[in-house]
Amino acid sequence: MSTETVSHAHDATSTSHSHEEHGHDHHHEESFLTKYVFTTDHKMIGKQFLITGIIWAIIGGLFSVLFRLQLGYPDSTFPILEDLFGKWAAGGRISNEFYYALVTMHGTILVFFVLTAGLSGTFANILIPLQIGARDMASGFLNMLSYWFFFLASVVMFASLFIQTGPASGGWTIYPPLSALGQASEGSKLGMDFWLISMALFIVSSLLGGLNYISTILNLRTKGMSMTRMPLTMWAIFFTAVLGVLSFPVLLSGAVLLLFDRNLGTSFYLSEIVVKGEILPNEGGSAILFQHLFWFLGHPEVYIILLPAMGMVSEILSVNSRKPIFGYLAMVGSLFAIAILAFLVWAHHMFVTGLNPFLGAFFVLLTLLIAVPSAIKVFNWLTTLWKGNIRFTPGMLFAIGFVSLFISGGLTGIFLGNSTLDIHLHDTYFVVAHFHIVMGVASFFGMFAGVYHWFPKMYGRYLNNTMAYIHFWVTLIGAYLIFWPMHYSGLAGMPRRYTDWSNWQSFNQFQGMNSFISTVAMIVFAVQLLFVFNFFYSIFKGRKVQSENPWGANTLEWTTPINPGHGNWPGDIPEVHRWPYDYGKDGRDFIPQTEPIGANESKH
Amino acid sequence: MSGYFILAILSLAFIVIFQIAKASEYVSVLKGEEKAFKQNNQINAFLFILFLVLGLAGAWWCNELFYSRTLLAQPAASDHGEKIDFMLWITIIVTGVVFLLTQILLFWFAYKYQYSEKRTVFYFPHNNKLELLWTVVPAIFLTVLVGFGLFYWFKITGDAPKDSQVVEITGKQFNWMMRYPGKDNVLGRKNYRLTDASSGNALGVDWEDGASHDDIEASEMHLVVNRPVQLVINAQDVIHDVGLVHFRLKMDAVPGIPTTIWFTPKYTTSEMKQITKNKDFVYEISCDQMCGSGHYSMRGVIVVETQEEYDAWLASKKPQYLTVKENAAPAVTDTAATTSKPLAQLQ
Repeated sequence: MSTETVSHAHDATSTSHSHEEHGHDHHHEESFLTKYVFTTDHKMIGKQFLITGIIWAIIGGLFSVLFRLQLGYPDSTFPILEDLFGKWAAGGRISNEFYYALVTMHGTILVFFVLTAGLSGTFANILIPLQIGARDMASGFLNMLSYWFFFLASVVMFASLFIQTGPASGGWTIYPPLSALGQASEGSKLGMDFWLISMALFIVSSLLGGLNYISTILNLRTKGMSMTRMPLTMWAIFFTAVLGVLSFPVLLSGAVLLLFDRNLGTSFYLSEIVVKGEILPNEGGSAILFQHLFWFLGHPEVYIILLPAMGMVSEILSVNSRKPIFGYLAMVGSLFAIAILAFLVWAHHMFVTGLNPFLGAFFVLLTLLIAVPSAIKVFNWLTTLWKGNIRFTPGMLFAIGFVSLFISGGLTGIFLGNSTLDIHLHDTYFVVAHFHIVMGVASFFGMFAGVYHWFPKMYGRYLNNTMAYIHFWVTLIGAYLIFWPMHYSGLAGMPRRYTDWSNWQSFNQFQGMNSFISTVAMIVFAVQLLFVFNFFYSIFKGRKVQSENPWGANTLEWTTPINPGHGNWPGDIPEVHRWPYDYGKDGRDFIPQTEPIGANESKH
Repeated sequence: MSGYFILAILSLAFIVIFQIAKASEYVSVLKGEEKAFKQNNQINAFLFILFLVLGLAGAWWCNELFYSRTLLAQPAASDHGEKIDFMLWITIIVTGVVFLLTQILLFWFAYKYQYSEKRTVFYFPHNNKLELLWTVVPAIFLTVLVGFGLFYWFKITGDAPKDSQVVEITGKQFNWMMRYPGKDNVLGRKNYRLTDASSGNALGVDWEDGASHDDIEASEMHLVVNRPVQLVINAQDVIHDVGLVHFRLKMDAVPGIPTTIWFTPKYTTSEMKQITKNKDFVYEISCDQMCGSGHYSMRGVIVVETQEEYDAWLASKKPQYLTVKENAAPAVTDTAATTSKPLAQLQ
C-alpha cells in the first residue's frame, strides 16, 4: 500500500506524467479491511475521524447533561442514575467525585477528542487533497497511523471511565499537585495515569496528522495552485497544523514529567506538601511550571480548535453569498497574526497565580492584540454578506451563526485578557460563558457548517433540510439561552466547578437560572441527537446528489466525480488558473478555479 | 419511573420530527426544488431578523432579571475593587457598542440580502481603505483599554503600604486557616515538615523561632476597616485560590510558593449589611481553583470591623504557642480547641 501512496504523491507533483493507470478506474478490488478499516484513502480517514468524533461528542455532551442535572435540580433525586452508575450516584444523587469526573471528562473529550481530532482531523483529511488538487496525502500510511493512534488514545480514555477509582477528575487542565497526588483525590489515582497515557497517544496522532497536512499543502498542490490561490480553508488548516506541531510536544513533555512525579518519585511540580496529614518528602519543584507547559499548548489549542472553523466559515459564507470573500489577503494575514500571537499569550491564564505583574503586562498587551485580527475577520465576513445574494443552505445558516457567536464570545475575551478585570472574573462563570461561546459552540457551528456543506462530497447524498433547520435554530437559540445568563452569575463572582452553592451567601441567588439553563441544555442535547440521526440516516437514505457541483462552488473538490474513488480524479488532476472566489464577476454567477482567465476578464 | 416516561416522550417526538422531515423532502421534490428552496430561504431570512429582535429583547429582559443579583449593583468593598469596577464599566461600554453594531449588521444583512432572482451581486473582493479603517479603529480602542488596564494593574499589584496589617492565610483540603503576627508584627518561621495538626501545629510553625511565640491562629479572618491589609497566601496540599468577590480580588494559593495580595477594606460587615439590604451578609472567601471533591465547600469568612472591635477580638485570642505549651505539659489531649476547626474534614 505504501508504494501506491508514493506513486500517487509522485503523480500529483508532476502533472506531465500520464497517470491514468493509477486512477481509481483500474483499481484492484479492495477488501472491507483495506477500504473501511486500515485505509490510506484520505476521504475514508476523514470519515473515520468524523464518526469517532461524533461518538465522543455524544458521550461528552451526555456528561454535561448529567452534571447539569446536579446544578439545575440539586434537591431532586434521579433513581435512574443509581441504576446506571451505582455508587457514583448513590440515592439518585450525583456524588462529588462523580461530578468532578464528569466535568473533567466533558472538557477533555470535547476539547481534544471532538474539537481537535473530530474537527481538524475530519476536514484536514477530507479537504486538503481535494481542494489543493492532490490524489492523496503526502503519506497515506502516516495518515492511517494518525487515525489509529487517535483510536488507541480513545480506547485508553474510554477505559479510564470504567476503573474503580474513576477517571481523572482534577479539571481538564489537570493542574498538579492535585493531579499528581493520589491521596488528594480519587480521580488522581489510576484514572490520571490513563488520562496521561491517552493524551500522549493523542499527541502522537496529532503530530503525525499535522506533519502530513503541512507537507501535503506545501508540496502537493496541483499546477497553478499557488499558495495565494488556495481556498481560506486550506490556509486555516495549514496554520492549525503548524500550531499543533509546535505546541503539542510541549504538552507531551509536561505530561511525561507529571507521570514521573506520580510514579517515579521526582519533584518537578511538587514542593513542601502536606496532604491529609501526610508529610511528603518532595522539595524544590514548582506547581506553576506545569501551568506554563500546559498553557503553552493550551492556548494555541483554542486556536487549533477555532481556526479550521474560521476557514470553513469563510469559504461557506462566500459560496452562499455568491460573492467573493472580502479581503482575501487580509483574511490570510489575520489567520497568520492569530497563529503567531497564539504562542505569545499563554500566561493570560495565569494572571492570578502570583505571576510577576511586570511580565503579566506583556501578556495583557499581546492578548488584547489578538482582538485586532479578530475584528478584521468579523468585519470582512460582514462585508462578504453585504450586497450578496444569500442562499440559506444549512451550512450557510451555521456559518452565520458562527459569526454571531464568535462576536459574542470574542468580546468577552477583551474582559478576561485584561489582567485588571481577570483578578475579579478569573475562574467565575464569566469564563465559562466566554470560552463555551467562542471556542465551544462557535467551533461546533463551524464544524456543523462544514458537515452540512461537504456531506454531498463525502457521501454523494444530502442531509435532510428540515431536520437541519430545526437543528440550527434550536441550537443557536439554545446556545444563547444557556450561556448568556452565565455572564451574570459570573459578574456575581460565582466560581466555576462548584457542585452546589446553597451554603454560600454570595452565590445562592441563581438557583432559578441554573434550573432554566439545565432544562435548555437537555433540549439542545436532544436536538444534537436529531442531527446524529440525520447524519447516519442520510448516509444510506439521503436524497442523492445529482450534479458534480451542487452548490455552484469554484473550488476543486467539486470537479471530482460525485463519489470520487481513491485518487480523487479519474483522469488528470485539473490545472488551476485563478483564485477560488470569483463569484458574481463580470455578470457570471461563478467561475471555477479550473477555468483559464478570459481575454476580456476584469481584474480583481 | 418519570425518567423512562420522559425517554418515551422524547423518542416519540423524534419519530414525529423525522416523519415530518421526510415528508417535507418529498413535498419539495413534488413542488419543484426551486420553489421549495425559495420558500425555505424566505423563512430563514425572516427568522434571522426575528432572532435579532427577540434576542435583543431577551438580553434586555435577562438584564432586568439578573442585574440586581450581580456585584455590579453594589459598590466594591475595597479601593482596588472600585478601580476594577470602573475598568469593567469602560469595557462593558466599548464592547457593548461593538456587540450591538456587529450583531445588528450581521442579521440585518442576512435578511436584506436574501436570495432574489433580480439581484446581481456586487463584486467586491477588497478595499484597502475599509480594511485599514477596521484595523486602525479597533487598535485605537484596544490601546485605550490596555492603557487603563495596565495603569490599574500596576496600582493593584504594586507594593503594599508600609503600615499594612499582615494576615497569613493557608488553604488545605477543604478549609482556610489564618495566622496573625501578634505584637511584634512578624510572622514566625515555618517548616512544612513540622506540620502536625494533632499536636496543635496545623500550620507547621517552627516554635524555635521566637517571632512565632505571639502568633495568633484563627479560622476566621478579622480585618480593620480602612486599614490596608496584606495577605500572605499559602497552600499545604494542592493549589487553592483565595477568592474575595466583594473586594473583587483573587490570588492563587500554591504549595511551596507563597503569594501575596493587598487591599483596603472600605466597609465593615455591618455597613455592608445595610448597603446590600441583606441582614445575613458576610464577606466570604471562596476557593476559586479546583482543589478536589470538596472544592465547592471550601468557604472562609472575613469580618471587617472597626479598630476597637478588632482590638477586642484580638485580645480575646491566645497565641498558639502558649496553647501548645500548656497542652504539651499534661498528657496530650484534644488540643487546638480555641484555634480552628480545620480537623473537621468535609466529605
